[in-house]
Amino acid sequence: MRVALFVPCYVDQFYPNVAIATMQLLQNLGVDVDFPEQQTCCGQPMANGGFEDYTAGCNKNFIRSFTGYDYVVSPSGSCVLHVKDHLHDASNEAAATTVRTRVYELCEFLTDVLKVKQLDVSFRGRVALHQGCHGQRGLQLGSSSERMLPFFSKPMQLLQMVKDIEMVPLLRGDECCGFGGTFCVTEEAVSAAMGNSKISDYMQHNAQVLTGTDMSCLMHQEGLIRRQRLPIRVLHIAEILCGNS
Amino acid sequence: MSRQSILEAIRKNKPETIAAPAPYSSVKSDTDTITAFRTSVERAGGTVQQLSSRNEIAAAVQQHYPQASIVADFVHHPSNSHQNLLHDAASIEVTVLEGQLGVAENGAIFLHESDCVNRALPFITHNLVLVLDKSKLVHDMHDAYATIDTMKEGFGVFIAGPSKTADIEQSLVIGAHGAKSLLVLLA
Amino acid sequence: MSFTHTSHPKAAAEFVQNTNRMNWHDEALWFIRTKRDRIAQTVPDWELLRQQASEIKAHTLSKLDTYLQQFEENAIANGVTVHWAADAAEHNAIVLKLLQKVGATKIVKSKSMLTEECHLNPFLEKQGIEVVDTDLGERIVQLRNEPPSHIVLPAIHIKKEEVGQLFHEHLGTKKGSADPQYLTNAAREHLRQKFLAADAAITGVNFAVAETGGFVVCTNEGNADLGAHLAKLHIACMGIEKVIPQTKDLGVFLRLLARSATGQAITTYSSHFVKPAPGAEMHIVIVDNGRSTQLGREDFRNSLKCIRCGACMNTCPVYRRSGGHSYHNAVAGPIGAILAPNIDMKEYADLPFASTLCGSCTDVCPVKIDIHNQLYKWRQVLTREGHAPAAKKAGMKMMASVLASPKKFSFSGKMARRMLRWFPKLAVNGTLNPWGRQRELPKVPDQSFREWYKQHKKETK
Repeated sequence: MRVALFVPCYVDQFYPNVAIATMQLLQNLGVDVDFPEQQTCCGQPMANGGFEDYTAGCNKNFIRSFTGYDYVVSPSGSCVLHVKDHLHDASNEAAATTVRTRVYELCEFLTDVLKVKQLDVSFRGRVALHQGCHGQRGLQLGSSSERMLPFFSKPMQLLQMVKDIEMVPLLRGDECCGFGGTFCVTEEAVSAAMGNSKISDYMQHNAQVLTGTDMSCLMHQEGLIRRQRLPIRVLHIAEILCGNS
Repeated sequence: MSRQSILEAIRKNKPETIAAPAPYSSVKSDTDTITAFRTSVERAGGTVQQLSSRNEIAAAVQQHYPQASIVADFVHHPSNSHQNLLHDAASIEVTVLEGQLGVAENGAIFLHESDCVNRALPFITHNLVLVLDKSKLVHDMHDAYATIDTMKEGFGVFIAGPSKTADIEQSLVIGAHGAKSLLVLLA
Repeated sequence: MSFTHTSHPKAAAEFVQNTNRMNWHDEALWFIRTKRDRIAQTVPDWELLRQQASEIKAHTLSKLDTYLQQFEENAIANGVTVHWAADAAEHNAIVLKLLQKVGATKIVKSKSMLTEECHLNPFLEKQGIEVVDTDLGERIVQLRNEPPSHIVLPAIHIKKEEVGQLFHEHLGTKKGSADPQYLTNAAREHLRQKFLAADAAITGVNFAVAETGGFVVCTNEGNADLGAHLAKLHIACMGIEKVIPQTKDLGVFLRLLARSATGQAITTYSSHFVKPAPGAEMHIVIVDNGRSTQLGREDFRNSLKCIRCGACMNTCPVYRRSGGHSYHNAVAGPIGAILAPNIDMKEYADLPFASTLCGSCTDVCPVKIDIHNQLYKWRQVLTREGHAPAAKKAGMKMMASVLASPKKFSFSGKMARRMLRWFPKLAVNGTLNPWGRQRELPKVPDQSFREWYKQHKKETK
């Protein structure tokens, strides 16, 4: 099984620890992981901004980087969803299709491919889970409260394997945090208001830690938390699951 | 008139024909229809009373609306003895009409135009009493449309509870423009 | 009653500024969303119903011309007069002509988003015709001289104290009284006089049934019925997408509509209009106004499945915190944002960007419109059609070139991290950077992951 690690561009630059944790988590589970070093970005920042036409270069580079692997795994539901929905290459659509079908978000790779049933790690603290919308609704990492289907959550399933962890319930568990890519600056007022609603939900439930499947959502919420000097620590789910946090 | 140009634009722009889905078969609730119907009517703000015979209609109306002096009962009085009240329908305090069918899942009762006596009557009366035969309860809206032809007459209406609004700060107020109360007499 | 602004972010920022009010608005709509969830949970086949509704609509749209003609033919046979309007102006002209023919000067109107879209009220008022909106929420916004902010809950943005003051001024209620029961009663008395005196009634149409020529109008208040039954002339206005093939299809749609809209099992009244009452006239105006164009846009035609329940607004975290007026269109929220650019791309170029693409709208939609995907697609169309700001275009082009090249990416990343470490205040507190107004930037690490990996790859293997 050849597995490549796809590290979102902003994680590479600002959250190397999240990528390291992801790599270690996979290695702990016996997976041999490669990091193709020419990888950059999935192209989502341009595409969501309405400039899909500018993503051809990113797409080509992405396909070049990840062709030949059985699985491409990434600690971001949002970037994975973008690749699954929008990775194309007019000059080599077959290669694009192969990559599209082989890309996995970290949690779903763990639950669906590796079929992880137990994790030998512990974590002390009251933890709130923010499932990024693109992962939750887009990749269906978890059921959404709008749809009348049985509850499930792949990230929650994994967190519940962690010893000593205490997951806190939330009033609006799957409400969007307001990051939204360029939305967080073009609609700064609403974006921050949405983030603040999430944070007050965590505070009301005495959460000590906020975790999630997407560092982008967490970066936005962490920015608000730090500005307001609130006692909430922010960790990517990989950092909890790898046991090094 | 733009009829032709609109139809032509549609013809030009519509997709290839997509087949209609197979007729819908709903999942029926296993609650008995009388209990479910009663719960639904109450949720919609109405009241349900079960009668042992149709002779009790007048007494039930009297009991629920003891103050009402202008009562237009078109069920208990099969002759058109109350037609004269229609000239000043806005002052009718209680109107009693017969329903064709009741829907357990939502408490709606269907009336054909002929059941309404006058189209405006179920709406303009201050209070509405609907008499419904127990045997005319169905599970859901699919059953309702399979049972009766709702478009058989010039007008027809499903009524579920009294008129209501929540347009001021989402506070539910019973009695918007139509009837301020609904009493369902299950006979 | 038109909008005075064209920028969602600007109007939204103003709405957000009043934090208490924004939170109140958010909670009011969230309350309806939770009511909707509770009642949807009681329908075991909810997801199958959505699928059925979506497929019926897809089928209907693919034979829309046939079904409209069938509807027309049957309606005419029922004694109803059918009119066709290509756009808002023709719609308004038809309505005016019908009113003038019978000398009608006092009109009662029940809720119709189509007439809002066509700006019918100001048009008729200019002709000296009194139009009274009879839905309580619509009457409130009409008296305030502003448009509805929500398609189902037109006055959701207004507090009861404000309604109290408004009714005190216009209906003579007690000063300072804000009791919803008291205020609703006052409106009931006020509007009963309007109903009894009206020369004509205008209503919308929820569903038009091709096989019978009849149409269904749903209200909770009973205002559509009181208007239509008491006046001698009833004009029902409908968009071309309102037609459905068969009466039994109503079973599917009526089970979904009110549950999705307000969390009720069904609206109080679901009225089936087939023929005019003896001695009365009934007219139907079928309106295109851009819909046939939308039908031709493959990526967006599904937006015509909409049954106007408003669930996407109630669930939308952006709508709840920016208010309906910030969308500067008759239909606000996510569905408005995919309908409006079809009419005028330049005017509504901001709307598809007023979303995080969270997808809640798509999951809540009773007819399964892929709203958030259409928002994404509109962004691409708007950009291609030249409606993106020049500065954004230049920035995106630059970003695309950096991100497509591993070398440029590594170098720029290093520079950016260095800049942020050396001049953190520049990025955080600078007024030019909206990120930093309320948020800290992430702490800047010494090494990127790729730099760490280069160092450690031997030992990690």
